[in-house]
Amino acid sequence: MNILAYLIPISLILGGVGLVAFIYTVRSNQYDDPEGDARRILSNDWDDHPKP
Amino acid sequence: MTALMQPSPSACPACAAAPAAASLAARATAASSEQIALSLPTIHCSACISKIERALGAHPGVRSARVNLTLKRASIEAAPGVTAEQICALVEGLGFEAHELDAGTLNATATDRAGRDLLMRLAVAGFASMNVMLLSVSVWSGAEAATRDMFHWISAAITLPAIAFSGVPFFRSAWAALRKRRLNMDVPIVLAIVLAIMTSLWETMLSGEHAYFDAALTLTFFLLAGRYLDHRTRAIARSAAEELTALEVPRATRLREGAEEQVNLAELRLGDMILVRPGGRMPVDGEIVAGTSEIDRSLLTGETLPVFAGLGQAVSAGEVNLTGPLTIRATAVGADTSLHRMADLVAIAESGRSRYTSLADHAAKLYAPGVHILAGLSFLGWYLYSWDIRTALNIAAAVLIITCPCALGLAVPAVTTAASGRLFRRGMLIKHERLAQVDTVVFDKTGTLTTGSPQLSNLGTLPRPSLELALALAQGSSHPLAQAIMHAARAEGSVAAAVSNVTEVPGYGTKAMVGGQEVRLGRASWTGAQRLPETATFLKVGTEPPVALTFTDALRPGATEAVQALMAQGKRVILISGDSAPAVEALAQRLHIPHWLAEALPADKAARIAALREEGAHVLMVGDGLNDTAALSAADVSISPASALDAARVASDIVLLGNDLAPIAAACDTAKSAIRRIHENFRIATLYNLIAVPLAVAGLCSPLIAALAMSLSSMTVTLNALRLR
Repeated sequence: MNILAYLIPISLILGGVGLVAFIYTVRSNQYDDPEGDARRILSNDWDDHPKP
Repeated sequence: MTALMQPSPSACPACAAAPAAASLAARATAASSEQIALSLPTIHCSACISKIERALGAHPGVRSARVNLTLKRASIEAAPGVTAEQICALVEGLGFEAHELDAGTLNATATDRAGRDLLMRLAVAGFASMNVMLLSVSVWSGAEAATRDMFHWISAAITLPAIAFSGVPFFRSAWAALRKRRLNMDVPIVLAIVLAIMTSLWETMLSGEHAYFDAALTLTFFLLAGRYLDHRTRAIARSAAEELTALEVPRATRLREGAEEQVNLAELRLGDMILVRPGGRMPVDGEIVAGTSEIDRSLLTGETLPVFAGLGQAVSAGEVNLTGPLTIRATAVGADTSLHRMADLVAIAESGRSRYTSLADHAAKLYAPGVHILAGLSFLGWYLYSWDIRTALNIAAAVLIITCPCALGLAVPAVTTAASGRLFRRGMLIKHERLAQVDTVVFDKTGTLTTGSPQLSNLGTLPRPSLELALALAQGSSHPLAQAIMHAARAEGSVAAAVSNVTEVPGYGTKAMVGGQEVRLGRASWTGAQRLPETATFLKVGTEPPVALTFTDALRPGATEAVQALMAQGKRVILISGDSAPAVEALAQRLHIPHWLAEALPADKAARIAALREEGAHVLMVGDGLNDTAALSAADVSISPASALDAARVASDIVLLGNDLAPIAAACDTAKSAIRRIHENFRIATLYNLIAVPLAVAGLCSPLIAALAMSLSSMTVTLNALRLR
């Protein structure tokens, strides 16, 4: 049963990472234009160098 | 220095401090730049995005440009002096439709704070409930003694902060209701959550067997999901309605010492001289000081016939100038204009409507006291039976959790989200749910059943030379009647007669010379003709008697179908208009509407609808004009087309996005089936309660059964709602 001492914190931390990542995406407006972002990935405008 | 004083957008002050110095300069320039928003209704692919962004980026005055494909909008940050017209022209040059949006109106919606807040709480509740559920599963599958206690303590450590954060909307709403000494749906919810956590904590301290941490969290999660769906439905409707409003950029041309300048409506003052070009709308109430023209008052009064406008005449905000440029002196601006005075009528009408209670509130009124009594009784019963406060409290908590309106909280929002999504695809924006009970439909005439643009009606009986002359005179004018003559004559294949010296006399008509004779096309008084009851213009050649060209209002597409379908559904259809009796009667006959009322003032319309409601009818009002706003807010439900004035759209519950009226009848059907689904959902939720509540009262309900009943009923209700599509 000692394995629980590792497993429970690990599962909580992994879940927490997911939560923090989600909150980050919401805060940085990543759901404002889902349709546009899905299409933008297909355009090759900024393939060679990032957008200034 | 104001830039420094602004609160930092970053959550962490230390992170914000370091780059602050670097961004100072950038912020200072940003403050002096211009924010331009464009609506781009025709963009649809990645090529469109990059084409527009590249073209905008190449413009020397544009600092940054971003296209949003979901909203079909572009937001542009440009150097001062770059106007929206230039950008519009640039985008239109690429072959896309572009309209300017009022950035001020849109800014309010740009960050949907409330929605984001709910989503964040939903995420936290979801994360916490998943973890606690995993721990609970191991308890249910037989963890014992010290292991079980440890699992309970870990659950408590996750649950307490999670509930404290994600339950805030419920705590707030329940507190607001309790402070007014009322009960709402949130009071039993909060009570259940708090009681479940307290008994679970107590049980955990005494290393008991049953803890309800998972139930309290899943409850919060499901209810927040319902809350979020509800919020999103409203937000979508609101933002689309706001976009319609933003399309009308409130600007006027002010004359100052002979020079014209474009100013915002808010900057106009009493006594300002304002130039209104043909086709423009009066920005304020005023008095004409120069120019003659005709004005279209249909949006304010419902009259279709243009009215002569000359020196000294008073005009009201919202009227449209038709033929000649007019200079007006502002006599009332902003909130004093007749346009805004309509708001008083609306306020009076609104107060009558607030008596309506939504289905969910209705359910809550029966539900909340029942739940409390049931939980209270089972606590008392078990306490008297066993004299053990711990058992009694445990059972009361179980009863509260089982009866908690988890499914009820989801039942209504899930169905309304599905229904309004479906109606949105058909071009309707919904703000309320009352549509299902409607049994009487009242239509406005001008601009609602008709498009408000005239059609030549006696084309067949006109002598050919007259038509050709009329076409020659009409094609130089932008007056709606002249445009109607032009379209009709061209469609029929007429060729304009040869005329010379065509001049437009604003306010009267058009004249020209042909073969030494003067030809006039215009108002009855100007051509020496008798006035006719219907809309008409007259053609006079030399000294011959004038020939009348009569017009009817063109029907809006789908008007006939909508009226027929509504009557086929057994609803009473009534036509109420501010227009003259013959015009209204003609339309009523054309559409086979049995009841009609003409020459109604705005207050008459509202009074008539109030009278209908007194008789017990559920009234749907469809209208577009300012004269309809009071009536729109007096009715149970109201619909206005997208072409309606801003004030009318705000007053109505549903906005038709397209030009077509046909969706109205279909919407009534969808609303009916939506209400049927809501009732079904209520029944399903009640069924679950009927099975689980006796178990809970009898003390047989373990946390496992509570979790199962709750999740199952929520799932069934959501799936049933999705069946609507």
